Amino acid sequence: MLANLGYGVLVITLLISLYGIAAAIQGARRKNTSWLDSARNAMLLTGPLVTLAVICLVVLLVNGNYEVEYVASYTSNSMPLYLKITALWGGQAGSLVFWTWLLSIFASAVTLRDWQRDREFLPWVIVVVLVTLIFFLGLIIFIENPFARLWEIPGGMIVKSMFPPSIAVLYTQTDGNGLNPLLRHPGMVLHPPMLYLGFVSFVIPFAFAIAALITGRTDDRWIRITRRWAIIAWLFLSLGIVLGSRWAYDVMGWGGYWAWDPVEISALMPWLSGTAFLHSAIIQEKRGMLKQWNMVLVILTYDLVIFGTFLTRSGMLSSVHAFAQSAIGPLFFAFIAFTFIASITLLLHRWDELKTEERMTSLFSKEALFLVNNLLFMGILVICFWGVIFPLLSELFTGQKVMVGPPYYEKATAPLFAALLLLMGIAPLAAWGHSNYKALGKSIRLPAIFVLLILIYAVIRGVKNPWALLGFGLCAFVMAVIVYEFWRGIRARQKIKGESFFKALWQLTTRNRRRYGGYIIHLGVVLMALGIIGIEMFQSETQGTIAQGEQLNLRGYTLRYDGLSIFDTTDGRNISRAVVSVYKDGKFLQELYPRRDYYYENQQQVTIPGVRSTWEDDLYVILIDWEPVSAEGATFKIFHNPLINWLWVGSIVFILGALIAAWPERDQSTVRNRVAKQNYSASEV
Amino acid sequence: MEENISQPIQNGIANKLKFYIAGLLIVAAIIFLIISSTKSSAQYFLTVDELAAKGSSMVNRDIRISGAVIGDSIQYDSKTLILSFDIAHVPGDNKVIEAQGGLAAVLHAAVSDPNRRTLHVVYQGVKPDLLRHEAQAIMTGHLGEDGIFYADEILLKCPTKYEEELPQQVGNQ
Repeated sequence: MLANLGYGVLVITLLISLYGIAAAIQGARRKNTSWLDSARNAMLLTGPLVTLAVICLVVLLVNGNYEVEYVASYTSNSMPLYLKITALWGGQAGSLVFWTWLLSIFASAVTLRDWQRDREFLPWVIVVVLVTLIFFLGLIIFIENPFARLWEIPGGMIVKSMFPPSIAVLYTQTDGNGLNPLLRHPGMVLHPPMLYLGFVSFVIPFAFAIAALITGRTDDRWIRITRRWAIIAWLFLSLGIVLGSRWAYDVMGWGGYWAWDPVEISALMPWLSGTAFLHSAIIQEKRGMLKQWNMVLVILTYDLVIFGTFLTRSGMLSSVHAFAQSAIGPLFFAFIAFTFIASITLLLHRWDELKTEERMTSLFSKEALFLVNNLLFMGILVICFWGVIFPLLSELFTGQKVMVGPPYYEKATAPLFAALLLLMGIAPLAAWGHSNYKALGKSIRLPAIFVLLILIYAVIRGVKNPWALLGFGLCAFVMAVIVYEFWRGIRARQKIKGESFFKALWQLTTRNRRRYGGYIIHLGVVLMALGIIGIEMFQSETQGTIAQGEQLNLRGYTLRYDGLSIFDTTDGRNISRAVVSVYKDGKFLQELYPRRDYYYENQQQVTIPGVRSTWEDDLYVILIDWEPVSAEGATFKIFHNPLINWLWVGSIVFILGALIAAWPERDQSTVRNRVAKQNYSASEV
Repeated sequence: MEENISQPIQNGIANKLKFYIAGLLIVAAIIFLIISSTKSSAQYFLTVDELAAKGSSMVNRDIRISGAVIGDSIQYDSKTLILSFDIAHVPGDNKVIEAQGGLAAVLHAAVSDPNRRTLHVVYQGVKPDLLRHEAQAIMTGHLGEDGIFYADEILLKCPTKYEEELPQQVGNQ
């Protein structure tokens, strides 16, 4: 039977992983290649094995085998196929399986790389990856088992268990409870996998970092091997966060994109330390500095990933006091504590070897500004972490539950985000090594003129809020600097190589992917910042109950309530759908259909806004309440969200930039050939 | 000679100092941001009894409070969107609630007991669907000097039929 097969395969994977660790350590200690090869084969096997277990679970979900408790809890007969598949990550047990599956695929992929130059890393990479894998396999097998079935024992009690209790029969429901309707959105199909991909891929750089610490090969080899992993991990994490944000905007019906919910913060924290790492890794590569710091960042990111996985799926999100209720909480904390302490001990052991000869000399050099960037990212991280643990601390020390909400995060992080924007503009202009403020001041002149023009335009358009002006000014500054950087590079190529504008742009970007990809990422961030400034500072809202034909006004828009219809759908929903006409300055623009879907089987309703979206602003209409019998009056809430679309456009630019930065460099052999040819031709001359 | 040697060393120290001062300034700024923002936006979790005990010291502070809705007290004007109702004290600790037989039992006991301390709540906005007798209201807002709780946000939890219909001892969700 499929449930038994899936469970059995996971148990076998656990045993093979244990063997792999033993073999890897044996191989490293005796410098024995056959042990090492055996360990490598063990890790190679984990991917296909866990894939088989996942296939079992997916088939159970799709077939509707309701004797399996997980299937009964998260699917139902009326759900379409794609939703039945996404139920794989709809609940805690399934999402742990999904996490483990991704990790096992990465584990297999890593064994297939060319290890010729880094053979001494191999055993320790295997150990770190497999220890992480075993932790998650253990959770699934012993605590959160998605293959556990329902049994009816004499007396009518229903028991959840993997193996049949004595004299019990399988209990099969005719229909399942179904996935939470809020999760039945296309964004939910992609958001969790992207986030988890981002989480899981950070395990690989961590494994290499630990391998470097254990073997004492503390040059920047580990960073060079894993930088692409790190960028790709970061890309997926960013994509996951942005998709989640878009989902909240479309589905949650509070007209916002980010709520500083502990779960959101738990995804943001590894992103922050990961972003800091991507920047400081550049310093290590270029200048050989910050080696110790990079280790700290990788270790931190790894443990924040584990912490984030725990928070996103543990159910402690609604109540911070529910630790004791879930059996996996203490285990997660034990694992985080174990990996963190072990890693830091290793790091301290190698601390002196990681010292650098190079010293920073100028406060305005590029490396110093990168260091400031790291401080700011860590600052935001500390603010987030403090906010999450504050209720626990205050209850522990004062006995009084005190929480901090979104205003705390907004007030505390806004100045740091603004400072990061400023740095984003200054750092590209600064030079490596020796630099001073005079040289920097000179190069800032042109962008500063552009900023002035934008600010004058903004004031003419009626922007009076000084903080908004500061924000817009910073955005303009960064944009000007990025355009200037591209222009400078293109001009240089045009002069030297005589290339056309577009060819020069293409060559410039593809020859130096990380630098120019990075600039495009920054451009995306600036566009996102525009959207965030727009909605945070200029959002307005109104609400009211109006009869048919009556109107509501907001920011020059007029909304007329035309009618309401209530009907059932074939997939078990009861839809109440209002028709409203939107006018601006007396001119008809379009009809919107805000609605409320009621899911019979879950007894839950989902509010779906009607949105008119333009480059300038979004008009976001929510149907809150109505009189069902007469269909006379209905209550609407309307949000006016200026510039919000730039948040989504910026995200796309951002992801594009990250793709460019992560794209594989030209094959090394062709580069070598070219160098050889050049040498040859040089000697000929 | 001596000066020539000590010159670069002094430079080195001055250089280091420069970085430490810059770094310390940034760290100090971050710490200041954390402390001031925590102070200004801390939100107190209280029960009705706790709020009454703290009394005037909690006036105009940001408060999160929960209680059982008393159905007869609900008044709503759909034109002005002003909603008011009373809540009765319920314990705040999950363990205590579990010990007293779960949320549904605790809420029922709270509204049936005439000696329970109550709190009058005023809210401007649309009346939530789930606001009914024996629902648990979790609200954020502040206590006015008149002893009325002015809510900015209301979250409602009802022990739904859905949960009751679930077979017993299935999982622990």
